[in-house]
Amino acid sequence: MALYILQRLMLLPLLMLVYSFVIFVIIQAPPGDFLTAYVATLASSGSSMSAEQVEALRQQYGLDQPMIVQYWLWLKHLFKGDFGLSLEYQRPNADLIGEQLGLTLALALFSFVLTWALAIPAGIYSATHPRSLIDHALTVINYIGVATPNFMLALILMWGAFAYFDISVTGLFSPEYADAPWSVARVLDLLAHIWLPALVLGIAGTARLSRIMRANLLDELNKPYVVTARAKGMKEWRLVLRYPVRLAFNPLISTIGWYLPALFSGSLIVATVMNLPNIGPLLLRALVNQDMYLAGGILLIYSFLTVLGTLLSDILLALVDPRIRVES
Amino acid sequence: MADVAGVKAEDRIAVASNWRLVWWRFRRHHLAMVSAGLLIFLYLIVLAPDFFSTQDPERTDARQAFIPVQTVRLFDDGKLSPWVPAIVGKRNPVTLRMEWTVDQQRKVPVKFFASGYRYKVLGLFTSDLHLLVPADPQQRVFLLGSDRLGRDQWSRIMHGTQTSMTVGLVAVLLSVILGVLLGGISGYVGGKTDSVIQRLIELLQSVPTIPIWLALSAALPRDWTPIQVFFAITVILSLVGWTTLGREVRGRFLALREEDFVLAARLAGCSRMRIIVRHMVPTFTSHIIATSSLAIPVMIINETSLSFLGLGIRPPAISWGVLLQEAQNIQTLALAPWLLIPGLVVIVAVLAFNLVGDGLRDAADPYGH
Amino acid sequence: MTPPTPMATEPLLQVRDLRVSFALDDGLVRAVDGTSFDVMPGQVLGVVGESGCGKSVTMRAILQLVDRPGRITSGEIRFRRDGEMVDIARLPPRGAVMRDIRGGEIALIPQEPMAAFSPVHTVGEQIVEAILLHSHRWGEKKLGRRDARDITVGLFRDVGISMPEQRVDAYSWQLSGGLRQRAMIAMALSCKPRLLIADEPTTAIDVTTQAQVLGLLRELQAKYDTAIIFITHDLGVIAQMASYVVVMYLGRVMEQGPVDDIFHAPKHPYTRALLRSIPGLSGQTRVALPVISGALPHPFNRPAGCPFHPRCPDAMERCAAAVPRLLPVTPNQLASCFLHHDEAELP
Repeated sequence: MALYILQRLMLLPLLMLVYSFVIFVIIQAPPGDFLTAYVATLASSGSSMSAEQVEALRQQYGLDQPMIVQYWLWLKHLFKGDFGLSLEYQRPNADLIGEQLGLTLALALFSFVLTWALAIPAGIYSATHPRSLIDHALTVINYIGVATPNFMLALILMWGAFAYFDISVTGLFSPEYADAPWSVARVLDLLAHIWLPALVLGIAGTARLSRIMRANLLDELNKPYVVTARAKGMKEWRLVLRYPVRLAFNPLISTIGWYLPALFSGSLIVATVMNLPNIGPLLLRALVNQDMYLAGGILLIYSFLTVLGTLLSDILLALVDPRIRVES
Repeated sequence: MADVAGVKAEDRIAVASNWRLVWWRFRRHHLAMVSAGLLIFLYLIVLAPDFFSTQDPERTDARQAFIPVQTVRLFDDGKLSPWVPAIVGKRNPVTLRMEWTVDQQRKVPVKFFASGYRYKVLGLFTSDLHLLVPADPQQRVFLLGSDRLGRDQWSRIMHGTQTSMTVGLVAVLLSVILGVLLGGISGYVGGKTDSVIQRLIELLQSVPTIPIWLALSAALPRDWTPIQVFFAITVILSLVGWTTLGREVRGRFLALREEDFVLAARLAGCSRMRIIVRHMVPTFTSHIIATSSLAIPVMIINETSLSFLGLGIRPPAISWGVLLQEAQNIQTLALAPWLLIPGLVVIVAVLAFNLVGDGLRDAADPYGH
Repeated sequence: MTPPTPMATEPLLQVRDLRVSFALDDGLVRAVDGTSFDVMPGQVLGVVGESGCGKSVTMRAILQLVDRPGRITSGEIRFRRDGEMVDIARLPPRGAVMRDIRGGEIALIPQEPMAAFSPVHTVGEQIVEAILLHSHRWGEKKLGRRDARDITVGLFRDVGISMPEQRVDAYSWQLSGGLRQRAMIAMALSCKPRLLIADEPTTAIDVTTQAQVLGLLRELQAKYDTAIIFITHDLGVIAQMASYVVVMYLGRVMEQGPVDDIFHAPKHPYTRALLRSIPGLSGQTRVALPVISGALPHPFNRPAGCPFHPRCPDAMERCAAAVPRLLPVTPNQLASCFLHHDEAELP
C-alpha cells in the first residue's frame, strides 16, 4: 500500500514536466513574443523603456534563443519559485496567482462538498424508492441539471435576482469585506456568498453523481449479499447503509479523479460570469492579452491540481476497497 | 423476464436481427422517441437555416435594437390569415432609451412558404423560399426579438443551430474515428503499442480540459477564416473526447479476444481482418453509437462555453455560444431577457441528445432488463 | 386438506395454500399458486422441481423476503414460536418480530456463496453482526464484540474450516468456493436456528466439494437437531439428504411423501417423469435419456386446470378444466392428480 502511494507520488514530477512542456509550446504559439507585446503596452500607456532595458529582459528570458532554451530558462525560474512578470499588471505573476489561489481552491472544494452532500442522499433515496414521485422529480431535475451549461445557470440566476429582486449575486464578499483583512466576520460573509456559485458550479456534477449513485445502488440492492443480510434480520435502513450503499459508494470515489479537476477548470467559467476572485478570469485575460508567462503559470497550477485530484482519488479508492488494497 | 407474451411473439424475437431488437426496445422509450423527432428537426435546420430564417441574420439597424418577441397569430377574425402584432417605439424622456411596446391593434400580416431574400442551400443551389416572411417586404418581423444591433434573433438562432449542431457532430465523429482506431489497435495488437497508447490516453485524460482548450483557442491565429477556426475548434474539442471511447473499445477487444465465439471463428479458418470486422466489431457497434450520442451534447456544451467566453467560434460566424455573448451583461438582460433564448435552445438540444442517448444505451444493452 | 402427521409431534412450520404473485409491466406472474406442506422439528424436507417452479420464491416467502413487485397474495405460513403458532404471512416484513425470526429462528443458506458475502467486509464481521443481532439466543448475558468473535471462531471450527482464527478476518473472495459455503453455513447456524432453509446450497460448487458440504450439513443437522428445508433440482441430492419430499411444478405441489415412497412408488405422472430422467449407473450407455415432453410454459401463459396437463402422458379431458386438490392417496403420500382422486380445487 505504502509502496503504491510512493510509486504514484514519484510519477507526479514526471507528469508535471510533460505538462510544463506542452503548456509552454501552447503559450508561446501565438505570433510575436512577450517582450514585443510588453513594449507595445508600455508605449500605449505613455511610458517607455530604454533599448538596454529591453535587451536585458530579452537576455533574462532568452527570447533571442530557440524555443527549447526559452523553455529551459522558464523551467529554471519556476524551480526558484519565479513565475515571471505580468505585462498587464506590471507585477510578479506569483503574487497575482497567489492572491486568487486560496479562494479558487475554496470555491472548488466547497462545491465538491456541497455536491456530495446533495447527490448521495438523493441517489440513495431514489434507489430505495424507485418510481416514487420524488424519484421521478429527481430524475427530471437531474436531466435538466446535466443539460444546463454552468454559465447559463449563472446567467439565469443573476438575471432573475437582478430583474425580480433587484439584488446582485456576483462576487464572493459583500462590498465592505471585499478588501478587508481576514476576520471571523469576513469568513462568515464568504460562507454567506460562496454557496450560490458553488451550487451553480456543482449542479451538473450533482445531477450526474446522484444518477450514478442511484444506478449503482439499484444494482447492488439486487445482489445476493443483500438477501443474506436481510435473512440475518437486520433493520432495513441499517442494512442498506452498511452493505449496498458502501459498495455502491466505492465506484464513486474513482469519480473524484475527474470530478475534482473538472470543478477546478469549471470554476473558470462560473467565476468569469459571476465576477468571482479566482484564477480563472485571470487566465482568460492573460490569454486574450497574450500575457504568456501569467497564462503559463496558471495553466501549470491547473495541471497540478488535476494530477493531484486524480492521485487523491486513486489513493482513497485503495484505502476504501479491500480488493484493491490487497492486490496493490 | 421476457417482454412480449405469447409463443408467436417469441418466434418473432427468435428471428429478429440485433438492429431490429434494438429498434423495438428503443421504440418503448416514448421520451427518447419524441427527442429523436426533435433532433431530426434540428438537423433539418442545419441543412437549410436560411429557409427557416425570416430575414438576413447579419442585417443590422441600430434604430431597431432590443425589439421584444413578436408571436405569430394564425387567425384574424376567425379566418386563416397569419399576422404578428406591430411594435411601436417611444423614446423615454428620462433615460433617452427607446422603449418598445406591443400594439395588438396594429397587425403586420405574414405569409408562410413565400419568397424573401436569396440564399444558397449547402452551396449547391440558390432559392428565395422561406418558411415565414412578412407580407410586405419592407417590414421586418422579430419572432424572438432583436439584439443590440437590431439583428433578428430568430434568424441568428437558425444559423447558430447550423454551426453548433455541426460542431458537436463533427467533433464526435472525429472522436469516434480516433477512439475506435487507436483503441482497436491498442486492444488487438497489445504489447508495447498498447502501453504507449494507454499512457497517451492517461496523459490526455488528466489534462485540465477547459483551461487547455482556452489556451489552444487563444493560440489560433487571429487572421484565420471562420471556417478554419470552426475546424480548429472541432479538432481541439475531439482531442480529449476520443480517449473515453478509446478505452472502452480497447476493453471490449481485450475481453472479446478470449470469447468462445472468436475462438470458434478462428478455428473455422476466418482471417484476422474478418474476425475483427464481422465477428468482433458488430458486438459493440450499437454500444459505440449510444456512447457517441451521449458525447455530442458534451461537445455542444463545451463549444457553447468556449464561444461564450470569446475563445471559441468567432463572430461573424454565428453559434449558440456566440449569440449568448450578447447576454453577458446583466443590465442588458434585464432590459432584453429574450437574449437568453439561445441558452434555452442549448438546454433543449442537449436534453434531447441525452434522452436519445440514454434510450439507445438501454436499447443496445441486450441484458438490460 | 389435512396433511397426515407421520410422527406424533406437532409441526414446526405449516404452509397452507400459499400464493405469491409478481405484478410485472406485462402482466401478473403467479409464481406460487396454492402450495401447502409441513415441516416437522428436526426433519430434513427435500423440495424438488425444475428451475422456475416456485421453490425459491416459496422459501423467500417463508422469510418474508419476496422482493417487489412480488407479493404474498393469500395463504398462511404458520410457524411454531414459543409454543404457539404465528402466521408469518400476516407479519409486517420489516417489523421487529419478523426480524427476530429471520436469522434467529429461521436461517437461510443461499445459492451462490460467492456473492452472498459482501466483498468489502470480512467474513467474520458479517457473522459477528448476525450473532450480535440475536445475542439473546446465546444466553441471558449481553454479548460483546469479542464474545461474538470467539463464537464465530468456534463455529468455523465446527464447520471444518482450518485455521479459523485467521480465516475469520479474511474477505470472502480470498476463500475457495467450498470454504465460502462452509462460512455461510457457519453464519446460518450462528444463532442456533430451529429451521434452516438451504436454497440449492451446492449447485455453485464443484462435485467433490459438494459431497463434503452435504456430509457436513447432515452431520450438523444430527448434532443440532435443526430442521432443514433442502431445495434442489437434483434428485440424487434429495435421495441422500431428505427424509420427506415435496415435488413442485409451476408453483403447486404435485406430490409429497416419505423419500422411499416417492422414489419407489411415485403416484403423480410428473414425479414419474422426473425420476425417469435420472441417468443410472447400471443403465445402458449410449441410450438417449427419456425427457419430459414439451417445454415449461411461459410464465404469462399458465395452462388452465392442472398445470402439468399439457405435458402429461396421462392427461384426461378433465385435467384441462379443473385443478386437482392435494389429497392423501396412500397412507403416507399425497398427490394432486385426478388419476388418484376426483376432488378439484374450488374455482
